[in-house]
This record gives sequence, C-alpha cells and structure tokens, in this order.
Amino acid sequence: MSSRIEILNDGGYRSDGRKQYELRDITIDLTQQGTADGSAQLTHGLTQVLVTVFGPREAKMRSQTLHDRAVLNVEMSVAPFSTGERRKRSRADRRILEMAAMIASTFEPVVQTNLYPRSQIDIYVHVLQQDGSLLPACINATTLALVTAGVPLLDFVCAVTGGVHSTSPLLDLTTLEENDVPHMTVAVMPRTRKVTLVTMETRLHVERFRELFELACEAGQTIHREMKYAVKDRTVALVNAMDAGSKGGAADDHDRDVVMDDRI
Amino acid sequence: MPEISIRKRPRTEAVVTQRKFFKKTARGKVVKVLRERYLRDDVACGMHSCTLCASSQDAVLPSSGSLDHPSFPSGHFVLPDTNIFLSQMDLMESPKFNPPTIILQTVMEEVRHRSLPLYNRLKALVKADDKNIWVFYNEYRSETAVIREEGESPNDRNDRGIRKATSWYNSHLSLARPPVRGQSRPPLPVVVLMSDDVANRQKAEKEGLSCVSVRKYVEGRKDSNGLLDLLAAAGSDNLDPTPAAAARQALYPDYLPTTTLLAGVKSGRLHQGHFNANQYNYLEGSVPVPGFEKPVLLVGREHMNRAVQGDVVAVEVFDEKDWKAPADEVVDQEATLKNDDADDSEEETDDDEALAEQKMLRAEAVKRAESSKQPTGRVVGIIKRNWRSYVCHIDSTSLTSTNPTSLSQQTVFATPVSRLLPRIRLRTRQAPALVGQKILVTIDRWERTSRYPEGHFVRALGKVQSKEAEQESLLLEFDVPYRPFGKAILDCLPVEGDNWVVPPKNPVDPNWKDREDLRDLIICSIDPPGCQDIDDALHARRLPNGNIEAGVHIADVSHFVHPDTPMDSEAAARGTTVYLVDKRIDMLPALLGTNLCSLRPHVERLAFSVIWELSPDAKIVDVRFTKSVIASKSAFTYEEAQIRKDDPGLSDELTESIRLLNDLARKLREQRMAAGALNLASPEVKIQLDSPESSDPVDVEQKELRETNSLVEEFMLLANISVARKIQETFPQTAVLRRHLPPPRTNFEKLQDILRRRKGMTLDVSSSGALAASLDKCVDPNEPAFNTLVRIMATRCMLSAEYFCSGSVARDTFGHYGLASPIYTHFTSPIRRYADVLAHRQLAAAIGYAPLHASLHSKSHVERVLEVVNKRHRMAQMASRASVEFYVGLALKARSSKATVIEDAYVIRAFRNGLGVFVSRLGIEGLVTFKHEIQFDADNYTITVPAGGQEITISVFDKVKVEVEVEQDKNTQRGRVVMALSQPIDSRSL
Repeated sequence: MSSRIEILNDGGYRSDGRKQYELRDITIDLTQQGTADGSAQLTHGLTQVLVTVFGPREAKMRSQTLHDRAVLNVEMSVAPFSTGERRKRSRADRRILEMAAMIASTFEPVVQTNLYPRSQIDIYVHVLQQDGSLLPACINATTLALVTAGVPLLDFVCAVTGGVHSTSPLLDLTTLEENDVPHMTVAVMPRTRKVTLVTMETRLHVERFRELFELACEAGQTIHREMKYAVKDRTVALVNAMDAGSKGGAADDHDRDVVMDDRI
Repeated sequence: MPEISIRKRPRTEAVVTQRKFFKKTARGKVVKVLRERYLRDDVACGMHSCTLCASSQDAVLPSSGSLDHPSFPSGHFVLPDTNIFLSQMDLMESPKFNPPTIILQTVMEEVRHRSLPLYNRLKALVKADDKNIWVFYNEYRSETAVIREEGESPNDRNDRGIRKATSWYNSHLSLARPPVRGQSRPPLPVVVLMSDDVANRQKAEKEGLSCVSVRKYVEGRKDSNGLLDLLAAAGSDNLDPTPAAAARQALYPDYLPTTTLLAGVKSGRLHQGHFNANQYNYLEGSVPVPGFEKPVLLVGREHMNRAVQGDVVAVEVFDEKDWKAPADEVVDQEATLKNDDADDSEEETDDDEALAEQKMLRAEAVKRAESSKQPTGRVVGIIKRNWRSYVCHIDSTSLTSTNPTSLSQQTVFATPVSRLLPRIRLRTRQAPALVGQKILVTIDRWERTSRYPEGHFVRALGKVQSKEAEQESLLLEFDVPYRPFGKAILDCLPVEGDNWVVPPKNPVDPNWKDREDLRDLIICSIDPPGCQDIDDALHARRLPNGNIEAGVHIADVSHFVHPDTPMDSEAAARGTTVYLVDKRIDMLPALLGTNLCSLRPHVERLAFSVIWELSPDAKIVDVRFTKSVIASKSAFTYEEAQIRKDDPGLSDELTESIRLLNDLARKLREQRMAAGALNLASPEVKIQLDSPESSDPVDVEQKELRETNSLVEEFMLLANISVARKIQETFPQTAVLRRHLPPPRTNFEKLQDILRRRKGMTLDVSSSGALAASLDKCVDPNEPAFNTLVRIMATRCMLSAEYFCSGSVARDTFGHYGLASPIYTHFTSPIRRYADVLAHRQLAAAIGYAPLHASLHSKSHVERVLEVVNKRHRMAQMASRASVEFYVGLALKARSSKATVIEDAYVIRAFRNGLGVFVSRLGIEGLVTFKHEIQFDADNYTITVPAGGQEITISVFDKVKVEVEVEQDKNTQRGRVVMALSQPIDSRSL
C-alpha cells in the first residue's frame, strides 16, 4: 500500500493535502505536570511528545559532576503504542540513546550551564505518538519545557525536517515521506540565526543541500513564532492568575507583554 | 524564499481529518496506520475566470464548457468515473475526443491502485497539450472530502466521493455566476457524471445530478462514427466492486505430496519429465516423457501449474478424447498482459486471462488432422526445481515512481531475457536506478495465489546494450563458469611457466619415456585464422611399399593435466572452452591452452599421435597410437593451405604432404558418404570485427568452406573413430564414447508433410543413408538455396549427439547417426573439450603408456563427469549462438541506421497470425506478425493476406523479402530484431 502513495503529486499536493512548504499543525500544552519543574507537551501533526524538566538540582552522580557548569542529562522513552506496529523498545535501544545524545548536544551550547556549577538538569522525553519529524518535535518540546522550568537559555531552539523529492524540497516530513525521500533535520536558534544541529541519515545530493538547508532555517523562524505565542499565552495566563488574587490590571499586562516580546 | 506556513487542523474534526486503518505487512504482521489530512479551501476548480477560486491563471477549462454536444445545449463538462479509465482508455486518449474534462483525485488514485500501466497512461493524458483536462483534488477540498462510513466498501465510498464532487461543481458554477439583477439568468453549463456503473448512475440521478454512460455520450455526439470504434466492448455494467475484497483466491491447484508423486510415477499413472516452455506462446508448454512418442502438451497457465523452464515435473495425462493439437498462434506475454499490475496478485483481474483463453479456444476450434494431436495433461507436482539466476530487465511501466531519488520499496516486474520464462515479481528499493540495466534475479517462490513467481534482485550487470553487460549476461544465462582460474589451479601448471620446453632427448628423462621422436617428420597444422589453441597437426608421406603413412598429432594435454588435481576438477566442471564472438572462455589456463600444449610451429611439443598406414585408395592397413615429440613445420590457415595446395609452382615436401592428405581425405569422404553419412547444414555466419580492440561489428558474412576444411575434418573423424575402437576394446565398461541416436521417425512427420504438400517431394527417413539420398533430391532448380534450407530444417528434426560411457548403454545404440559410423568418440581437441582429455587417458592406458587412474575404471564416475560435459557442451553451443546473434543485432543496427535493411528470407513456419522466416544471409530466424485477421490454412501451410483488392497467398518455403530492424523495447530496453514483410506485400499496414 505504502508504495502506492505519491509523495508529491502533479497538483503540488503531498499525501496529506499539504503543499511543499506547509508545516503540519502544532499544538503546544505547557500545563504543569506533577512535580516537574517545567514541562511541555507538543503535538506536531500526528507526532506527540511530552518533555518534563527537573532541575537545576544537585548532581546525583558524583563521577559525572562538572565543577564549573551543570550537566544536561537527557533520557528518552518511546511508548510501545507510539507506532503502528506495537513494539517494546528498551531504554538501551541504540537508536533511542543516539537521539537522546543528539538532544543533549543540541542544548549544551544553548542552556547557560555555567550559572549552575556542580548541578544537573534532567530532561525526560516521552514519545507518545510518532509520525515523522520525531527529533524536531523532541527538540522543540525540550526548548519549551526548559523555558517553563525557568532555565536560562541563550535563545530558543527550533527544529524542523526537510527532504527533497526529485528536485522539489519538502518541509516537515511524515513517516511515509521520511521512508521515501532523502531528508535532514536542522535545529536553529532563531534570534542569533545560529544552527545547533544538522543531521542526516540518508544521502542527499550536495547541490540540493544548500537550498534545503536555507529553507529549513527559514522554517525554524516560523516554528519559533508558534512557540513564542505558546509561551506568551501561558505566561499571560499565569500572570492573570497571580493578579486575580490581588487586583486585575489589564493595561499592566499589556506592558509586560511588550517587554517580553522584546526578550523572547 | 517561498512562504512557509503552518497548516491548522482543527482537532475537533478528527473524524474527517484523521483516518485509521489496519494493514497487513509483507511479513504477515498487522499494523495500525493513522493518517491525517489537511482540508483546504484553495483547491482550484480549474474554470477560466472563476470568481471564487483565487489562482485560476493556469486553468484550462473554458468557463462555459463545451457547447457542441446536442444533449447539453447550455454547455457541459465531463466528469468521468473510474471505470471509464479502466475500460475505455483508448477512447479517452483519442485526439478526436476532447470535451472539457474534470478528473477527480479519487479517480486518479483508484486507477493507480488498479493498474499502474493504465495510471501512467492517464498521467500522460492529463499532461497532453491537445486535451482540456483539469485534475481536481477533491479529497483535499473541505467541501468535497468524504470519509468512509461504517459498513461501506471502499468502492462505494469512492463513488459517493465522485458524486459529491459532481454536485459541488454544479453548485460552484452557479455560485460563481451570481444572478445580475434585472437580467434573466443565463443557462448554466452542467457537469456531467460519465459512468458505466449502473448503480452509481442511479444514485446520481436520485441526487439530481446529470449523468450518462459512455456509449450514450459518444452516440449523442455529432462525430460519433469515428469514436464508436474505440469503445471497448461494454463489459459488465458494474465494475467488480473490490477485487481486493474478493480475497486472494488460489490461481493454481495445489501440488500433490512428494510421496504420492513418486508412487504415481513408479506405477505409471503419472509421468515425469523436463518442462519446456513454448517460446512462441507463453500459455503453452510441453513435457517430453518416455511413456509417449510425442511430448505431453500443457495448455494454459493452470495446467502448467507454476512450472518453470527446466523443472523436472510430474504430469497427469488426460483422456485421449481431450488430446489437442498445439496452438498455431503467437501469443506474446508482454502484449497480452501489458496492463497487469506488479504490486498485488489479488488485484489481478481476469480480463486479460480471459482474453488469452479466448484466443486459445478459437485455435482449438479449428479441426486439425488426427495425426497432429498430442497427449495433453497437467502438472500435478514438481519433482525438482531447476531454478537459477536469470538475467532480466526491469519493466519500466510497472514502476510506481520513477523518481531517481526515491528510496521507497516498490514491487516491479522483471522480464527475463529468455522468452521461455515468466515475468518475475520483484520487491526492490532501487527500482528507478535499475531501469535500463541488465540485472540478475533469482526466483524465490511461486505461491498458488500469485500469477507470477516472486524473486529477488541479485546484482546489476550494467547498462543494456553495453558489450560487457551483454557478454556477462550471456555467460550467466547459459551458466558458463567464467571466473578466472584460482591459485590452486594455477599451482598445477609447470613451474617453468612460459619457459617450459621439451628437454633434450634422453631415454631416462620421464618426459621422454616411451615417447617416439617424430621431430623430423614434416608436420603442419591447419586451423581457422587467428587460432591460438592449436590442438591438432597432420603429416603424410609415401612409404616404400606404395602405401601412405598419415598421422594425426594431438596436443598431449594429459601430460600436463593429471587426474585428481584442482586443475583437472576445474576442467571437468567447465567441460569445454566457450567461444564467443569477441571472447574465449578457456577450459584450461591460457599457459597450457595457447602455449605449452598448443602445437605451435617451429617449437618442440609433446603430442599424442595416431599413425595409419593407408592403401592408396584410403583403406586402413594398420593403425598405431603413440605418445610422441613433434616439431610442427608450419601453421596454416585454411586459406593459406588451400592456396599452397593449388599453387602448381610449389612442390616442396610440405606442399606435397598437404596434397597427399587432401587426396586421401577426398577418398575417405567418398567412403563415408557411401556408408550413408549425412551432409547437414546449419546456418553459420561470421562476424567481421572492426579491429580486435574496438570489437565493433562491421558486417556479417556467411562462413566460407574450403577443401582444406574438409581435409582436416576427415582426418579428425578418422582419428576419433580409430581411437574409439581401441578404447572400447580395452575398456568395454568405461570407455568415453560419443553417439548420435537416430531421430524418432515422428520428428520428421511435419517436414515430410510440408515437403509433400508444398513441393511434391518425399523424404525417406528409414536410415541415414536413405535420408542423405533423398535430401540430395530435394532440389528446386529455381532456388539454389532451397536445398540448404531443407537440410537446415532436417537438422532441426534430429537429436543432438552426446557423450556416454560404453558400459551404460546397450551395444547396439553406440552408433553415430550423422556420421554413419558404428562407434565414435572425441579425441582430437583436448585443449578445449574435457571428454577428449578422458579419451587421451584411456588411450594412454590402452597402449600401456601409463596405468589408468582408478576413477576412469568406475562407471558411475565416468557417467557423472560426462553428464556435466554434455550439459556444458550444449550450453556452450547456445552461448556462442547467442553471442553471434547479439553481434548480428549490433551489425544490423549499424547498417539500418544508414539505410533500411532488406534481405531475402524463406518462410519456414506459418502461424494463425504470422510467419516464421529464416534469413540465411544473417543466419537468423524471425517472426513476421500481422495485426489484422488473415486466412490461415493449417493443412497446406499457407496464409492468405488481403492486399488492396486481390489476395496474396504465402506458403512455407516461399522466398520473400523482409525488412529487418533492431528495435529497442521501450519498457525493458531489450534490443530485439523485428522483421516486416516487404515483398510480396508490405506487412506493416496489416
């Protein structure tokens, strides 16, 4: 069946009705999860991840403690029901470990770890559903979870996948597309326009790389906008809740908003 | 930078935007699949100047529709249903049929699921310039998207989607033209649903849509006449709902268990034999079995029951009343099944099969002479599969995506180069890259539920038509071992290598032990030009008593190749040297073959000599065999020897000895002919290569035969016969001999019948002598080539010669039919034939030179070795023939690029829809097919072709002119020779 679906048909539509440069729906939920210091649930198309952040807190493992900065500890678990074929993956699955390591190395230059020497920040990534663009979803959710935890970041990290079908670039691939076309994942810091992660598992023609890379960087900005609104909404809601106890001040809100907009 | 946006999908509408289904993977696991889709409002309707759709600059549909159909005076658009494309594609493709057409995405996808070849045609159609076709992506438009309801079949869902889109279009048309106040509303064009599905039409009418069947629509048109022809026969009015739902029904009967098969064969209820596919008709095969004189005919796919060329099968023979004559029609798999789909056998409809079956039935209806009936049967089990790797091409129409970057797994068809094999279904991730290449494919299995066998890709051989790929594919196809010799084998060579020489004469030296010193004899060799592996040399001289001493000296290969060494087993496995046009695959390492064993002139070489004393009228007085040392005085080509012999100015010893040999050879030949030897003909051509490096064929010419060819031939025959007698006497149980069984008389029946009816000639096949005599009489004074043609056809009726072990068959079957000799072996070419090496060893033992190796005393061992050698020999012949054919093709291509190639040809077979012709100048056979109906008279072997009023009759043996072309198959890139009649009538229009 899968081979029967056209990745990009003559009308310029992809198999799910999107066009080349259209990203899937992103829904972000930043509600508090239990005892976690910060958490974010991100639904990107049919991919859904939940990231919880604990810390910065005292490092448990003395051996891995660094005297001048905090350690980022990323643990990832993939729910057995997250794919069509029900399969239990152990935590030691190489693929999962690799992805966790990639997330850690993506955030190492972004999180201001030097502010918290001899401590660690735990990031737990739970994959609830997957349908392509898993790594970008994890990275985006981790950014948001770190933000809600109040961990100082230099910038957002926004990731997106891009692929090339024949000569046409596509953004934000589904599993179906990832299986068919060569693709790469790019994570950008939208304000500084720095790139913290580029990864490819398939071969891509060198002449296509530039175009796709630039496009993915641009798509990072679009995702940033979406994430920014989510953080703002959440903050506004929280501030409102705080104010609701004392006094309501809508105009005040507005001012804060402007200030925040500048910062994030 | 293009605009990048995030599409929003309301989560509350998950019912519409999300789809959940289960599917079974190839490994049988059930997987849950969840898909989403994004519904949008910007899917354009494709009408010119539509006020509602934003981007309509590339719209192709005229805003008022087509006004030239009388049933729809206010203008209309056609919206065809899926079944229109599945059955009426020819009509849709016709340039005369171009109403403004809307094709729905639902329809495109349904066609894609049903048949990829049709889908590819549909895609080409959409892109065609002269058509007004707009593809409407209805599944992505929010108003027209449908979801499958509970208990609704996919087909019904699609039909509903099509109706919904039709009604949306109609309302869209009216919305796009809001009534202007004060003006009467102009009549709106309608979107007409065109469907051959009655149920769908009824539902559409109920919903108030206008709909029409294809036939009615075309009939209603003003120019209906030309188009009505294009309508396919109105098949079932409603499309078979879902073939997928009809489940995988078994296409073939089950095999019987092995024990039942073996018991059945033993009891005689079943018959065992090799399955042979028919190369002209893929729906027919035959199995020659010992129980019947004629092979058992298997008609139809079901009765062949998944047997593949070469398999050992068990067949059940039907009652005699069901026996049939073989079909006399050419049925091409590619032509008949071109719309078949590779992906799933469950989607194979019965249409094409029914079509082929129909043809078969028609052929059957013709009453054939009782004599041509053959036992028919069906395969009930496979005793042994003989599957190997096959050289194939990917069928490009079976590809889902030809996008070279696509990495997705695809199921495609691989078409074997050999016409005897069925197409193989293949799953690969690199299909687009493999198109246009020769690839090696192995069959893995053939399930009962699948029409085609399933296989896997082994490796790519290279671009089609490149010489390397063609050469390698040829070697693989004929199973020729062509790897370079390994170290263990090369270690068996003499350590001196190239510098090895016969040591100086010394009776205690093992090289000289029991060897005669014949270095002083005037010995020469005569071979084809460019021959490097010279394995025979000759001499002749007058003896004082008036008799003549003649000697044949054969390279002493057994001196270098000892039994039970790696080199020996490799040579046994290779069996023979294979000669291709531009390459030789050696049986022995080149050091031996072209140097140490090769009887090159002016060097001393070891030999095995057969020396006769012959009376002046070439009767054998005495014969002796001895190992010897010779020094050839000269290596001639046939041509040089001929010129030397004919030059009256020369009278040196060498020339005299050639004359003497020639004299004797003539007499030997006369004796042989008198004994009833056959003079057969086979079509042999020679490829002229440009230069050894470029190996571009320049031209094809027929081989020329000189007197000296027959000189060498006669002495080789004489040596072989003498050696055969000697080794058979000494080793009656294990002698390596060669025989040619007399052909069964029934083999000649057809040729005899054709000759009698067409030419009034008779062929006496009672013995080889009688056959030779009657072949001599088959002469048409107007057609000098006719005799050769009859000889070629007679040769084809015969069995092939084979090696055998003297202890394994009855003494009275030793004879060689073609040579009319009671006993025969191969002794004279040990460098290139392994059987000769064995004969050398046996002869050496017979003259007490060396003890015979134990393995050559064992009957079973000799039998086993000879079986391999026989097979290799056959394969080598086919390989070199195929190589010649390939080069003939190349030469033809080079020639036909300059001018059309027209050659004389003889008709050798007549079919219901074509002629088999033989082009003697090129040595190739071809097929001329007629597309239209022709009259075929099976009893008189004639066909009658209507040609502009009068009728022209062509019969077997007629001389015609054909235009020969090399055409590249578009799908498989396979180059093939295509012939068309140019005289007496041009067949291309027929």
